[in-house]
Amino acid sequence: MRHHIIVRVSTRILVAFILLFALYVQFHGDFGPGGGFQAGVIFGAGCILYGLVFGVDALRVVIPDAIVRSIAALGVLLFAGVGVVAILAGGNFLDYSVLGQTPTAGQHLGIILIELGVGMTVASVVILLYYAFTNR
Amino acid sequence: MIAQSLQVGAHLPALQVVVPLLAAPVCALIQRPRVAWATALAVSVLALLMSSALLERTLVAGPISYALGGWAAPWGIEYRVDTVNAFVLLIVSLISTLVLPFARDSVEQEVRADRIGLFYTAWMLCLTGLLGIAITGDAFNVFVFLEISSLSSYVLISLGSERRALVAAFRYLVMGTVGATFILIGVGLLYTMTGTLNMMDLAERIGAVEDTRAVKVAFVFLTVGIAIKMALFPLHAWLPNAYTYAPSAVTAFLAGSATKVAVYVWLRFFFTVFGADYAIESMSMMLLMLPLALSGIVIASLVAVFQNDAKRLLAYSSVAQIGYMALGIGLFSTTGLTAAIVHLFNHAIIKTVLFMALGCILLRTGSVRIASLAGIGRRMPWTMAAFVFGAMSLVGVPLTVGFISKWYLLLAALEFGWWPVAALVVATSLLAAVYCGRVVEAAYFRDPQPGSIQAHAREAPLTMLVPVWILIAANIYLGIDTDLTVDVARRAAVILIGAVP
Amino acid sequence: MSLLSEIFAYFNYWVVVILIMLGMYVVMANPNLVKKVIGLNIFQTAVFIFYISMGEIEGGTAPILDDAFTRYANPLPHVLILTAIVVGVATTALALALAVRIYRAYESVEEDEIDAEDARAEVQE
Repeated sequence: MRHHIIVRVSTRILVAFILLFALYVQFHGDFGPGGGFQAGVIFGAGCILYGLVFGVDALRVVIPDAIVRSIAALGVLLFAGVGVVAILAGGNFLDYSVLGQTPTAGQHLGIILIELGVGMTVASVVILLYYAFTNR
Repeated sequence: MIAQSLQVGAHLPALQVVVPLLAAPVCALIQRPRVAWATALAVSVLALLMSSALLERTLVAGPISYALGGWAAPWGIEYRVDTVNAFVLLIVSLISTLVLPFARDSVEQEVRADRIGLFYTAWMLCLTGLLGIAITGDAFNVFVFLEISSLSSYVLISLGSERRALVAAFRYLVMGTVGATFILIGVGLLYTMTGTLNMMDLAERIGAVEDTRAVKVAFVFLTVGIAIKMALFPLHAWLPNAYTYAPSAVTAFLAGSATKVAVYVWLRFFFTVFGADYAIESMSMMLLMLPLALSGIVIASLVAVFQNDAKRLLAYSSVAQIGYMALGIGLFSTTGLTAAIVHLFNHAIIKTVLFMALGCILLRTGSVRIASLAGIGRRMPWTMAAFVFGAMSLVGVPLTVGFISKWYLLLAALEFGWWPVAALVVATSLLAAVYCGRVVEAAYFRDPQPGSIQAHAREAPLTMLVPVWILIAANIYLGIDTDLTVDVARRAAVILIGAVP
Repeated sequence: MSLLSEIFAYFNYWVVVILIMLGMYVVMANPNLVKKVIGLNIFQTAVFIFYISMGEIEGGTAPILDDAFTRYANPLPHVLILTAIVVGVATTALALALAVRIYRAYESVEEDEIDAEDARAEVQE
């Protein structure tokens, strides 16, 4: 890809916007269409685009294997952890209403945290899959 | 303090699934083999305690309902525990708890060191999935947990030391995915006809539409899909290779839990959702299940007799044993169901201990081909003695649990006056004696080749022998004192049959 | 004419049935492991289409609350199938990873060649 100047330049510009869009989809998910799954996949796709154009090793420098793997695990922990916190706060598992001052505020906070967990895990799993298959 | 403990009690249905789920990423983060193993074991013990508490509670106070996220059923996902699934939860967590101590040494030998952390992650996910299938009261949720447990069991199987484990895992993956997708189609058709996914709600609403073609097709898809997952003959093709080439600990765990949970799903859909009347009268399930169960028992037992690998021999025997459960279910009577549910538990503890004994031999000699078992009975007396007791239980010798299941199965067949069926059950028990006898004969009555590994094998370590002998003790104790298993099974059977309006 | 209109009235189900059969055929008949995965994907996608099309309500719009609309498509099947799609992706990834490892162990992803190789190894033992 070293000689494809157009691809290289446009990727450099695009990646920033793709990642930004992923964050928008992530954090706008509780107002409109969006959420962790979609955001995670978009984020992962942005990283994979970077890896395809500049080489997987360049991507590994930015996000090493061990870190991606930990983020994937932490995402699941965050998801289940929010559910357990809801139990500790007196509600049922994953009942966000008890997390805030009012049920609405609680639901809001809960869904953002849950979706963040989903987004972290999905994005890192997508990247891990890319790593796993380029290793061969 | 009391208020605190009450609060935990109320959340047991959720915690039963969530605690293993939380342990999975923790094991992935730890990566160190021994620490990951200790975490998995601790969580498994916790799951066992929770499931015993749940079973006790359902026996005393009846079904427990838990609304996930505070969304009331039938809109939200409901976890519903009655005696039937509390019993299944107990089986799954008990098997996992007893196999894990055994797994430490066995896995360290059979699985590459850098994969052991992920091995226990997959184990925890598999446990989560199996417990989740059993506990949930939502038809779609069954599919999700089924896939969680299946995907992680494909991973566990593929970690076997031979390359054939990979092919076995791939074939299981293809068949398992087809089965799970069939279940998905069935659930989808039910949803289009009733507009609900909650099992209790489905049971109420299905009566109004049960004569439509869509519901019949849904029934067929669910039946075939679940039959693949439980390896009912002739859809068992994935099982022998998967069990043969998986790491020993995985074989012991899956043989005792995965197919059992699939049988439970079948019970749930047949009896609670559709109702036994519908299954018998509209869908003529007796005509389908009895021939399949009987031919499965006979053919798989015969095939087992001619195997050269002890693990594969036991795998075929598992297919036959699932035939016994299907036979019990297929009789659609309280005694038949009691026999099926008792055998669910009994076969779990029998087959797990047999596979664990083979795992001990594999650890010391590296092979469980019958030819290479020659003389092992003298080198590893405790292991082989356990195998003999387990085999006796499998055959159904009185004073073992195997006898109890066969006894109730005979009673159920005789209730209908079906002498040939009863005779067949007895005859195939003799076949079990023949195939187990081949292993025992090689181990005790043949001499090892001088200078081979077998001739110098040491007894298996205590960490592996203790769980094996705990299971043997359970095999004998529960074969004498049947109150615990048979009573619970009969209550469960009454609940399932009683769910018919 | 009436037969044709009958078919078109349920055309989504026809699409689903044809795709399911296509996918199943590839899974069963093709010896190549990667093509089996492709067949499995077609099969699963057919089921996704089945779920999505059953959420459709005539004249209904996307289920996002707005004062201008009163009829919405049923979002529940869509949410269910989002989960199933994720499961499908996970299955595909795992199947391909297994296929890669099988290729490294056997230097082939053709089922008949793998079986032949296994049979040879069996005889040598």
